[in-house]
Amino acid sequence: MAAGVAAWLPFARAAAIGWMPVANCPMPVAPRDHSKRQDELIILNVSGRRFQTWRTTLDRYPDTLLGSSEKEFFYNEEAKEYFFDRDPEAFRSVLNFYRTGKLHYPRAECIQAYDEELSFFGIIPEIIGDCCYEEYKDRKRENAERLQDDQEDKKDFKPPNMTFRETIWRAFENPHTSTMALVFYYVTGFFIAISVLTNVVETVPCGSTSQKDISCGQRYTVAFFCMDTACVMIFTVEYLLRLFAAPSRYLFMRSVMSIIDVVAIFPYYIGLVMTDNEDVSGAFVTLRVFRVFRIFKFSRHSQGLRILGYTLKSCASELGFLLFSLTMAIIIFATVMFYAEKGSSSTKFTSIPASFWYTIVTMTTLGYGDMVPKTIAGKIFGSICSLSGVLVIALPVPVIVSNFSRIYHQNQRADKRRAQKKARLARIRIAKKGSSNAYLQTKRNGLLNELLDLTASEEEQQHLNKTKSLLESQHHHLLHCLEKTTGHDFVDEQLFEQNCLEGALQPYRSRTPSTSSLEGMTGTCCSRRTKRSVPLPIANAPASHAHPLALTHTLPKSPGLQELSAINIQCAEKQIHSSSRSNLNMQTNEVDRRNCKQQKVTTAIISIQTANTGSPAEDGGHGLPNRGASVVTTTSSNIIKVSAL
Amino acid sequence: MKCCLVKWIIASTAPQGPDDISESELEMATVRHQPEGLDQLQTQTKFTRKELQSLYRGFKNECPSGLVDEETFKMIYSQFFPQGDATTYAHFLFNAFDTDRSGSIRFEDFVIGLSVLLRGSVNEKLRWAFNLYDINKDGYITKEEMLAIMTSIYDMMGRYTTPSVKDDAPFEHVEKFFQKMDKNRDGVVTFDEFIETCQKDDNIMSSMQLFENVI
Repeated sequence: MAAGVAAWLPFARAAAIGWMPVANCPMPVAPRDHSKRQDELIILNVSGRRFQTWRTTLDRYPDTLLGSSEKEFFYNEEAKEYFFDRDPEAFRSVLNFYRTGKLHYPRAECIQAYDEELSFFGIIPEIIGDCCYEEYKDRKRENAERLQDDQEDKKDFKPPNMTFRETIWRAFENPHTSTMALVFYYVTGFFIAISVLTNVVETVPCGSTSQKDISCGQRYTVAFFCMDTACVMIFTVEYLLRLFAAPSRYLFMRSVMSIIDVVAIFPYYIGLVMTDNEDVSGAFVTLRVFRVFRIFKFSRHSQGLRILGYTLKSCASELGFLLFSLTMAIIIFATVMFYAEKGSSSTKFTSIPASFWYTIVTMTTLGYGDMVPKTIAGKIFGSICSLSGVLVIALPVPVIVSNFSRIYHQNQRADKRRAQKKARLARIRIAKKGSSNAYLQTKRNGLLNELLDLTASEEEQQHLNKTKSLLESQHHHLLHCLEKTTGHDFVDEQLFEQNCLEGALQPYRSRTPSTSSLEGMTGTCCSRRTKRSVPLPIANAPASHAHPLALTHTLPKSPGLQELSAINIQCAEKQIHSSSRSNLNMQTNEVDRRNCKQQKVTTAIISIQTANTGSPAEDGGHGLPNRGASVVTTTSSNIIKVSAL
Repeated sequence: MKCCLVKWIIASTAPQGPDDISESELEMATVRHQPEGLDQLQTQTKFTRKELQSLYRGFKNECPSGLVDEETFKMIYSQFFPQGDATTYAHFLFNAFDTDRSGSIRFEDFVIGLSVLLRGSVNEKLRWAFNLYDINKDGYITKEEMLAIMTSIYDMMGRYTTPSVKDDAPFEHVEKFFQKMDKNRDGVVTFDEFIETCQKDDNIMSSMQLFENVI
């Protein structure tokens, strides 16, 4: 249960009197509070510093050390106080948690010491308040990273039984795991460098015959071709190996690195295919440009390149804005310059697009001087252009830089928070479910208590009640009263789904005798079937149904039945609870079932497998024998049943 | 761009809404309520001094301002019923405690209500229950009022129940209730009919004593 809610439990219980006049069934007995002590002050002596608080304050959180009977282990008889040999500074926040319901993380505290204190006192860190949670998580992450550096060797531990494929993938991803991988890593790096180098050197003019210079590439064609072939072969082999080893080939093919790989080796193959055809040789030359992309393969080898690429990607919107504003300025000034220089003769400003070049060169303060305004107006606007260029270029850059670093960190923090939030919500959901589950669990055990109420002595009852805290038993009693008022019982989700399925298949089984609205049993042989996995308040029902049986997935054990499978796919919508008992009762596997008023539940049932808890009364009573007429009617899209003959 | 424009239009045409809420929140935050003295409360309720002290400590811890507004009340009450939706019933309960219809429960209301529920005579408790069911406090329980109450009680059960709660379960329950209580079949239940029927029913009488020793 949550925070100071414990303080309101007496109120909620008192308000339950409002249910009494409308209840149809008698109410359960209330748990007796045998420890009828007045609220008293408790002294907590933590390493000499004495804290005092009310007993009820500590009782608010019964699942922690101080709130439960666990603190009795620390009781000091002579001094009549509880002594804890722990840090008093950290204890302050622990005690404040009980007082205010919020756990804070004191920033001066060491994260590990704080964690240890929390775990000693049985408090989960997830309930740290929002004000301190981020700080706590940050510190914890930093600490974890610090510890991780010391444990880097552990990463080389190879899990046993890795398939060949997994081994190769691991070798590719972490080159330093094995010497072979390292060798391969360096070899590919070397060949990338060689390949880039040959691309560059190819174009250098070396030697001259006849009139013009020829590049080295044209002179030593064969040598360069061999070099190229070797590199491409290595790259191809590497790519194919990666493709083979990738755990998800589709994802791998979509990744940036693999695209770069493909683009790097493609021109070679295309060049092989296309021979010395004059028409396409122009296009072929263009393709060779793509060979330079091989340089990007270095990003596998360099962490820095990868980070740069990522940061550019995350900073894209700022860069886009810069580009946009620059474009606007360029267009404006180019237009102005064009019209200003229109009058002068032999001007280089032949058109607005031609003026773009001048504007760009001026605004970026390059000033090549190949295009210069000659008119006075042109010079005036030209100077304005260069001045504004300084501003337009210079201003966004620091903004981008700071933006980039801010966005980068913010991105990381947002992802962090999202991940934390999911985990926290999940934890809270589990705790919440835990409280309702606790009640259901207690109900199953509590059935025994009710029996004992009638027969056994008070001590035994007391003994049984002691297993859970008084607060819990009072809360459960409250929920029990609500059940009795409405005549329905709480049940957990799995059982509920199963009951729906069950009810859909066997409409003629009567259920809880305690409900005020008893459906009549249509007399069929199935009434003999023993109840299974429904927590009914019946004395002879076994109280330990831990696993709800999945109805439709088990095959029958009796040889007589045909093995037909009823596949019920129910979308768990809200409408399920409207599949009322009375409607299901009308669902008698006969032909006229279509006449029934079915809201959401469809009719066609074929046969069912029932894996029961091995009860022998199964023989004739197996649900629905094979029906010839199997109708598939879907009155709603919620439940789809497939029939098979 | 468009959505900004739309939002601005909406915001400019309806300025009172958000302002009101923030104002009332501000009021809630600044207004503090101090309860009457301990002696006075002792005379008004049947609690001992120590019990009042312990009650006040719990109350003040949860609501430092000394007042419980309806939202807080609903939230607190809902925590006891995790499987269902307790807000409607909490609303009726809130109205039952907030006797002077001030919109918030002060400590006096709280303690006086509790005193009736825990230390009052059976008749007083029945009177309180009648008051709870009578939503418009006109002295009669009509079928609609009872249906609203019953639906809210069934809402607290939630979805996962066995047997499943049918849509007309509250209605049937109300029918049964009226059959039992409405003696002259005039469609409403008056306080005298209510008392009379309850006093004859052993179950109800015994369950009224159930929470004697809650505090």
